[in-house]
Amino acid sequence: MAGGNGGLKLVGQWASPFVTRVKLALHIKGLRYEYLEEDLGNKSDLLLSCNPVHKKVPVLLHNGKPICESQIIVQYIDEVFAGTGPSLLPADPYERAVARFWAAYIDDKLEPPWDRLFRAKTDEVRAAATKQLFEEVEALEGGFKECSKGKDFFGGDSIGYVDVALGCLVSWVKATSVLAGAELFDAAKMPLLAAWMERFGELELARAVLQDVDAAVEHGRMLMAKNAARASN
Amino acid sequence: MAAEKKGLQLLDFWVSPFGQRCRIAMAEKGLAYEYLEQDLGNKSELLLRSNPVHKKIPVLLHDGRPVCESLIILQYLDEAFPSTPALLPAGDPYARAQARFWADYVDKKVYDCGSRLWKLKGEPQAEARKEMVEILKTLEGALGEKPYFGGDTFGFVDVAFVPFTAWFLSYERYGEFSVAEVAPKLAAWAKRCGERESVAKNLHPPEKVYEFIGVLKKKYGVE
Repeated sequence: MAGGNGGLKLVGQWASPFVTRVKLALHIKGLRYEYLEEDLGNKSDLLLSCNPVHKKVPVLLHNGKPICESQIIVQYIDEVFAGTGPSLLPADPYERAVARFWAAYIDDKLEPPWDRLFRAKTDEVRAAATKQLFEEVEALEGGFKECSKGKDFFGGDSIGYVDVALGCLVSWVKATSVLAGAELFDAAKMPLLAAWMERFGELELARAVLQDVDAAVEHGRMLMAKNAARASN
Repeated sequence: MAAEKKGLQLLDFWVSPFGQRCRIAMAEKGLAYEYLEQDLGNKSELLLRSNPVHKKIPVLLHDGRPVCESLIILQYLDEAFPSTPALLPAGDPYARAQARFWADYVDKKVYDCGSRLWKLKGEPQAEARKEMVEILKTLEGALGEKPYFGGDTFGFVDVAFVPFTAWFLSYERYGEFSVAEVAPKLAAWAKRCGERESVAKNLHPPEKVYEFIGVLKKKYGVE
């Protein structure tokens, strides 16, 4: 299907932080795109044909060709649109490896307990997942130190790859803090990270792209209630 | 404090398919490195210092600076040594995205499913077997008619997946299926890769892997 927006189409779902991750990258690069909201309970033919392997959002279509997995999509955007807007990954190979490491940490170590927290069928499972999530985030304080080298963002003076990889989760960090009754990015334990989150949240970028926190809280409550109810059936 | 060691060092464990990715990549690139076998039951100061977050191998040290996570190491080798044969296709962002996708698929699926095959029994093992066959067929679909996942050249996905070919025998025995039967093109690809010097020199014989799993099973108390 021909279209404007430089041939970019994003298939997503409003609550997904991984979709938000791609939106942040597109916004930073100043790229226009068509957005298609999916009903994940009733997946479209488009989604199933573009991501037959995982059947998940986000999927970026560029001139009709699909790219899947949010981190892969962000790196694709950075490479294809290298001349447009700022670069997300740094130029130095070692710094790129460090950025990729921390971005991978977010998805490999935070996502699983976070997911389990919302899908938990019992209070015990939810409590265990919550405890694990709160423990795993602590390493990010060291990650911030390593990446920022004393500057304001993981990317240094300006937003970079890891800021996008973590920034997409800010509404969910805040929502989870409300739902758990404790600050996930506890300023007492993680002062640099807590300050980064404040700073990131103030950016025009964040205001334009991140989900409304109240909506995320409500969505989180709904997910938890739904999964607990399933268990008792 | 001692001066940082110059050059490349690899902290690794002999049978690790993730470590083997790095060995094969450096062999393909003609890069000399010092191999440092790690005792994972008694982790060294060097390993703990180099990978404090995960405490895992492989870790690549380049002039003393650590790079962790095997797929990140592969991309680092491409970028830090740009005059060596590239693993990710240069100058083609879409092909690069496809390669990253399939390497990520291998990471998400193969090792975990394989572990369930030898750890579990009964219904859960049957589930794992079904899943492993699916995974192999899916990867065969991605390979298509090409000699390598990278097309005509042995590339990123080939390096990411080839170490697991040494585990095929074990998957076949525990899962009671044949890779050649369920995914003949993939079996042919495995044989083709095995003829490359970088692969032949850096993979252990499948029987040795099978033996290793036997040792692991005893250690975990899996009968």
